[in-house]
Formats: sequence, C-alpha cells, structure tokens
Amino acid sequence: MLRERIQTNNYSFLDKLKSIDYLLILLIIAIGSISIFAIYSTEGGKFSFYTKNHIIRLSAFFCLFLVLSFVRVSTWYKNAYLFYIVGLILLITVLFFGISASGATRWINLYFLNLQPSELMKIGVIICFARYYHRIQSSDIQSYKFLIQPIILLIIPCYLVIQQPDLGTSILIAGSGIAIIWLAGLNIKYFVYSGLLLLVSLPFAISILKPYQKSRILTFFNPDRDPLGAGYQIIQSKIAIGSGGFFGKGYLKGTQSYLEFLPEKHTDFIFTLFSEEFGFLGSIILLLLYILLIYRIINTGLVSRSFFAKLYCFGFATAIFLYVFVNIAMVLGMLPIVGAPLPIMSYGGSSLLSIMLGLSIVMSCKIYNQEQISVY
Amino acid sequence: MLNRGRNIEKGRVITRRMFILAAAKILLFAGISSRLYNLQISDREKYEILSDKNRIREWKTPPQRGIIVDNFNKVLASNDRVFQLHLMLDEIDDFDVTIFKIKNIIGLDKFQLKKLYRKKERLKPWDTLVVSDNLTWEQFSKINLYLHELEGAKPVLSTSRFYPYANDLVHIVGYVGDASPKDLEKPEIKENFVPGLKVGKYGIESSQEKMLIGNYGIKRYEVNASGKRISQIDYIKERQGNKVNLTIDIEIQKYAQELLKEKAGSICAMDIYTGEVVAMASSPTYDPNKFTHGINQKDWKEITNNPLKPLINKSIAGLYSPGSTFKPLVALAALEYGTLDPNKTIRCKGHKHPYELYGVKYHCWKKEGHGYMKLRNAIKQSCDIYFYEMARLLGVDKLSVIAKRYGLGTNVLGEVYNDEKNGLVPDTKWKRRVLEKSWYLGETVINGIGQGYIQTTPLQLCLMTAQIANGGYKIKPHIIKDETINYQNVINKIKLDQSNFPLHERNYLDDINIEYYQRMYHKKSNINFVLDAMFGSTNEQYGTSYRSRYDDPKYQFAGKTGTSQVRRITDLDRELDLDTEQIEYKKRDHALYVAFAPYKDPRYAISVIIEHGGSGSKAAAPLASKLIKRIIDRHNLREQISNGNSSLA
Repeated sequence: MLRERIQTNNYSFLDKLKSIDYLLILLIIAIGSISIFAIYSTEGGKFSFYTKNHIIRLSAFFCLFLVLSFVRVSTWYKNAYLFYIVGLILLITVLFFGISASGATRWINLYFLNLQPSELMKIGVIICFARYYHRIQSSDIQSYKFLIQPIILLIIPCYLVIQQPDLGTSILIAGSGIAIIWLAGLNIKYFVYSGLLLLVSLPFAISILKPYQKSRILTFFNPDRDPLGAGYQIIQSKIAIGSGGFFGKGYLKGTQSYLEFLPEKHTDFIFTLFSEEFGFLGSIILLLLYILLIYRIINTGLVSRSFFAKLYCFGFATAIFLYVFVNIAMVLGMLPIVGAPLPIMSYGGSSLLSIMLGLSIVMSCKIYNQEQISVY
Repeated sequence: MLNRGRNIEKGRVITRRMFILAAAKILLFAGISSRLYNLQISDREKYEILSDKNRIREWKTPPQRGIIVDNFNKVLASNDRVFQLHLMLDEIDDFDVTIFKIKNIIGLDKFQLKKLYRKKERLKPWDTLVVSDNLTWEQFSKINLYLHELEGAKPVLSTSRFYPYANDLVHIVGYVGDASPKDLEKPEIKENFVPGLKVGKYGIESSQEKMLIGNYGIKRYEVNASGKRISQIDYIKERQGNKVNLTIDIEIQKYAQELLKEKAGSICAMDIYTGEVVAMASSPTYDPNKFTHGINQKDWKEITNNPLKPLINKSIAGLYSPGSTFKPLVALAALEYGTLDPNKTIRCKGHKHPYELYGVKYHCWKKEGHGYMKLRNAIKQSCDIYFYEMARLLGVDKLSVIAKRYGLGTNVLGEVYNDEKNGLVPDTKWKRRVLEKSWYLGETVINGIGQGYIQTTPLQLCLMTAQIANGGYKIKPHIIKDETINYQNVINKIKLDQSNFPLHERNYLDDINIEYYQRMYHKKSNINFVLDAMFGSTNEQYGTSYRSRYDDPKYQFAGKTGTSQVRRITDLDRELDLDTEQIEYKKRDHALYVAFAPYKDPRYAISVIIEHGGSGSKAAAPLASKLIKRIIDRHNLREQISNGNSSLA
C-alpha cells in the first residue's frame, strides 16, 4: 500500500517524517557535538577561528542534509552519472586552477569554502557505481565487457587525485569503488587475481611514489628511523594516545596537543587529541558511535527495495568504515600516514560536506525505501 | 518472471556479500580496539613517561661556590656576577650559522672560534656549550637584542670566582677553571657538575672541592614542541657551597708577599701551639683571576717563562738544604743523646787549618775562624767546625731520628696541597735502600751543618722551629681552621706540662710514635739550652742575626740564620771570597732564617728563604724581623678571634 502511494505521489509529508531514521540523526548530532568539543580543545580551550568555522559548517551542512534527505531516491538515481561527471570536471579544474597548500594542489576556491573535489568524488564513485550495477543483470556482471567500464570509471578519478598528490583520498576512493564491485557480486577470483597482481607490481608502484610518500611508508614500518622527521607524527601520536590511559588526561588537559607536539590535530589527528583527553573509555565510545552509524546505514540498505539503494547504502557504509578505520589505524601507528580525515570529527569543509551529502542520500533511501526504480 | 527471479538472486548476493563485509569490518574494529587497549592500558606507563619527557625539560642551575675566608673572616675568594652566553646544542639546526651570527654580534676572533669548535666536539649533542663565560655588559645586551635570531642561545646571569687579594694568596687558595675530563672523574665534581661550572684547579680550591662546590638546583619547565618554556613546574633551589675558613691572616700574608717582592723565596709563619699557619708566602706570584675564564696565551707564557718559577709554591714544594738553620736541631740531638758536653771546647782555626777527616778538608764559613768555641757560642756564631765534630760524634742515624721527630722529612699539611713535598732526612738505611751505597762519615759531617742529602721545605723549617720553641711538643700544623679542638685547653695543658716538668717513664730517644701535643724531648734543659743559644744568636753581640734584633721584650725574638750552598765551594771560590752581588745569580747561596717570638713567651715561629739571596743574616733575617713585629702587633686581635669574639672582624 505504501509502495503504491509512493508510486502515485500519494506519499504524504507525515509518512515521510515517520520513516525518517531518527537514530541516524541522533548519531550525527552526537558525533557532531563531540567534534565541536574536540576542535574547541585543539585551540587550547579558546573559542576562536576553527571552532567557529566548524560550528557554522556543521549546522549549515546538517540543514543541507535534512533538506536533501527529502529528495526522492529516484532523483538521485537519475542524476548519479551527472554527479560523477561534475566531480570529474571539478577534479580536472583542480588540475589547472587549483590552489596549493603545503606542496599539494587539492582545492578550488569557492570564496566561502575551499572545495576539495576529491572528497566529493568519494560519494560520486559510490553513487555512480550503485547506478551502474543497478542496471546490470546479475548474469552480465562477470563479463569483461561490464567489468572494464567501472574499472575505467574508477581509475580516472584515482589517477587525478594521485596527481594532486593525495594518496590517502585516492586509496579511499578506490577502496569504496572496489567494495561496491564486490557487493554487486563480481566473482571472488577477480579479487584474488588482482590482489596477486598488486603484490607483484608493488615494487613498481613504490618506485613511482613521491619521495615523501615513500618516506612515510618506510617510516610506518620503523617510526624510529627518523624520530624528528617523518616518524615524528606517528611517535607523538602514539605517545599522546598511550599517555591518555583508561580515563584520559581530562578535557582540555591533553598536554601533547596543547603543547603542540601533535601535528595536524584539527584534521587527521583529531582522534589522537580525543583519545588523549578521554582515554580508552572515550575512544571506545566514539568507536561504538561510528559502528552504530555504519549499522544504521546498512540497516537502511537492508530495508530498501531497490538495488540502487541497497548498493549505495552498503557501499557508503563501507566507505565510512574505511575512512574511520584508515584514520584511526593511521594515528595508532597501524597504517602509514596517508592523510585521511575522520568523518564528521575532522575539521575540513569538503570532507564534512561529502559525508553529509552521502548521509542525506542514505536518508533519502530510508524515506523512500519502498520506491521502485526502473532500470531505464 | 525470469527477470524477477534473477533480481531476487542479485539481492541475495548483495546482502550476503554485505554480511561478509560487515564481518570483516567488525574484525578490523576489534583490531583497532585491541591496539587501543595495548597503547592506553598495557603500555600506558611507558607512554606517560614519554609524554612527560616531551613536555618537561630540566635546567640545572649552577650553585654558588662556597667562599673562602681568612682567620678574621675576611673574604679571600668571593663570587662575582658575570654575564655568560650558553648554547643549547640540541636546539640548534645549523651550528655553523648560529656560531657565525654570534661571532658577528660579540666579536670572537679566529682563535676563540677554533677553541669553541674543539670544545663542541667533546660535548654530546644535547649538552650545553658555554660560548663565553665572561661577556661585557655591551656584549650581553647585544646578544639579548638579537636573541630571536639565535636559536638555542641562552644568555645567562651567573657568578664567577673573584680573588680580591689576587697575587697575595694564589699559592694558598689556588684558582678555578673549566673542568677537564679528569676533573669530571672526581666524584664530588661529577655529582654536582653543571655545564659552565668552574672547579678548583689548585690549592684550597681543589682540595676542598667537596666543601666548596655546593649542589646545583633544578628548574623544571613545561615546554611546547618548539622548546619554548610554557610554565615552571618545579624549582629545587641550588645550595651554595660551604665556607672554608683558613687560619691565614691576610694582613700578615700580604705583608709577607710584599717583603718578598722582586725576590724568589718563601716566608712561613705558624702559631707554635695551635699549629695554625698564619702566613705562607711564596714569590714570585701570579694572578689567579686570570685563570677563572681561561688564561690567555700571552699571560700564560709570561708565567711559565719566568725563570723564578711563579707556579711553584715554594713554601711547600720548594726543596732546600736547611744550612745552618739545621744547627739548633743538631745541637739538640747531640744534647739529648748525651753525645757531647755543651762545655766542650773546640777551636775553629779559620781556612788555613780546616777540619780534616780522612784527608778531606771541611771549612768553616768564617775565613779567619771563630777561635775557641763552646756549644752555645757555636750556635750563636754558627761555627761550622764545632758542628762537624758534633755530627761526627752523634752519627747520622740518631740525628735523623730527632730531625724527623721535629717535622722534617714528611709533608706538613697532608692532603691539602697535592704538590707538597716530603723533603728528605737521610740516614744510613735510606742511603743503602735508595742509592744502594754505604754511608760515608764525611756525609755525616756536612749533614751537621744542614748540607748534603738533607732537603727541607720552608714550612718544615717553620714547623721545626715551632716545635723547639714551644718547648718540644708535637703540634699539628694546619691551614684550614679546625673547630673541633679547643686550642686554649691545648695551650694550657702544654704550659702546665712545661712548668711542672714531671718525670716520664717514656724514653723519648727511641724512634717512637708520639701523639700530638705530647713531649718529644728527653730533658727539658736541652730544649732550653738550644732556645737560649738561639736567643744569643739574635740578641748578643757576634750573634749572626744581631743586626735584626729588637730590644723591646714585646718583639724580642730568637732565631738562627742559614746560608745554603747551591753548589760545592771550591778552593778558588775561597780565594776569591766574592760578595753576593758579584756572583752569578744562579750560583748565589740561598739565604735562610728561622725564628720564634716573642722570646719570653714564644707564640710564633717563622721561616724565611730567599733563593740565591746570599747570606741568611743579610738577606733573610731582616725580613723575618719586620714580619715578626707585624705578627706580634696583631696577636691580640687573633686571640680575640680564637676566643670566639668574631665581631672584631
């Protein structure tokens, strides 16, 4: 009955409100609030630039998220390729007109925001692949003809992002793309083969890495190799987290961060700061919030009727997982430092925008979960 | 329908794969959690220490060195404020650039620059390099002005040693300088060392390091990543070193140095009861303040090239034949052993008929001879012939027992000076052991007039005189005040012993160990005989130091001259009979004089040595005479101090 109402545009606003995932909204608000406190702490307990900006962006993008949640999922479906193409164009624009900071050209100046198109591309790839595999018959998925297209679609943005250079984001884009290909049902043997291929080509891949990227990877395996240089971040981050102990040093009392031993504490190392001040307990709670968030996204996928919605939600959940995992594993010294923000927590407009955008699509999948999307 | 079935199949695949992924996610999150557990719970302590190490940095603050004062609490070594520049090597990116900037700001020359590089090589990369320990105010303020450009540079307000009496005391107090690697091996320095701290290099400064060095303080600061101090956490205050109180009277010391000006030699003065060294002058001297900040090449050369050897502390490290100053002791030995009746007469016939032994001739110093001499006269006029015969009768071994007992042959001040010499009191056993030759009687004969193998330091002669003058009691000479002994009691005890003269069972003529403040003599009359003869030597006509006497009983003293040969006197020399001025400096005799004063109630002993000064009566005795007056004038003040009335200072 509900299905029919959606199809016939009889789906009332009240119905929509009823099917909103309030727990998801609550989780977003919770993580958002924590992030405000954390950013406030990075400024040494002063309400200034970063905190202010972060609050403004959070509230603006949260409103955007609420509004976009009511866009029909079929509309997202129809514009999926457009989303991807716009992302690609922006990436190419960065190549020519991007602004640089600390040796990387990643941003486009939009006056109110320095947009980082690679962040948007994270969502672009997911939504594009979701549409692509929505259309394909399960029998066709295994054919090379249908496999080659997504690979090309994936390689282009990844290559552009690596050129910026931004290894971290590029890996995350590739990771979420591959996750969707996997979810769509591609035979496991392809993954095994390409995994082996990757292993074989590893020496070659390393040779084309930038020196700083190489040094990061080498440093990852032995942080003491250069304790004041490339290893500094990992060592200081581990010290900060380790010295936090079970209960943490207390809010605004993280010595590692306020004495500036922590690098990039607003962005990539925000978890370190949080963990130093709130300890093991706080870290586990934050981790649980992320797990819940991922669970809610997956749940939306499970209740959705369309493959597009399912693929998108599962893909996006995997992407969120990847962002969280890569970031935390990185600051814990389990992965090399590659430059990956922690979703919602990290300071940075583009990353926040893309996460909120992605979440609003999830929410739209939830609200219109009974909507059927025709293949053509 | 087929399509629909396929779609259902596709949905199943998606959902199945999603669950596989979800399982993988849970696994990976579990990995993160265990890693967190590892860091924050298992290894927490390790990281806490690392975090504290990050944020807390310690600065050691140098302690003030203890001051050194004289008997009257006058400061002999103090601490002056100085401006220093330190470089924290661990905070410097490019040492060359920083040092170049500093060079331009304070103006270092090539030599200093080279020295800094050499110094830096010895330091560890996190040590502090002291660029300059004595900046002028202009240099210091300039450094402060450019400080923002000089990473790692730290202007420091510090203190450094200052010796107000400079040259007058260097041989006693010593001086300080940069710690050498060898200095740093000493535990008292190692424990308390702070970069830039000066340590004692000689004398009291070096031997009393443990007292003087103090304890460094610690300032703990919270610092940020760029090393900037944020807040002070902790400050353990440094402790100044202890005061060292010397027995020296700086006024007398100064006067003694003044008397020795332009001469090479030594003057020592000692309290004959307490053993306190009142003055211990050595000449020529040098300025210890020049060493504090590292002496420059020119000054150093000037000191080392001086033929009179200023670096040698002649009072304790200069070895001289005692010459005739030894005669009272020879006489005492002969009397104590009953070798000779003091009324025995020996004739001194002058150079034409010298004393002969196995065909070897021994001359008296007096060309025309002394004529018939008894012992008292022989001491008074210092007749060599009498002492040749007396020594022959006595024998060198008995003489050495008495000589050693009265303070010759061992160092006087013990551990205080590392360069103090023992001197040498020869005997037959010594010669066999060391030179592996048997003793000749002729050697005994010349030993009787303080020549030959015998070697003494001026301080030993002073101690010898003091122990005869105090009536033959063993005293403990010292230069650092000993508060543990009540000297008034000691003096009273000795004086009581002197006047009562009870009989003792002990045979003092054996080579026995005698405790401090105990008798060293066998018969008191023998001591008195020698003292009386010394009185004659100074206060009666024909006495060798008659011209330096005082008639006022307050200052009246008794002494003995000495002229020690630095080479063998040949017949040609006797023929020529040149005056001191006519002889080449290096070949001139050393002039010696020992004395005690006042004669009626003696309290001080004094020894004077003028290297190559000629005869003792002309060169040494007048100096002793002047100094004795000064010492006795200040005796009351000294008494008041030792009686605890220190407010007079």
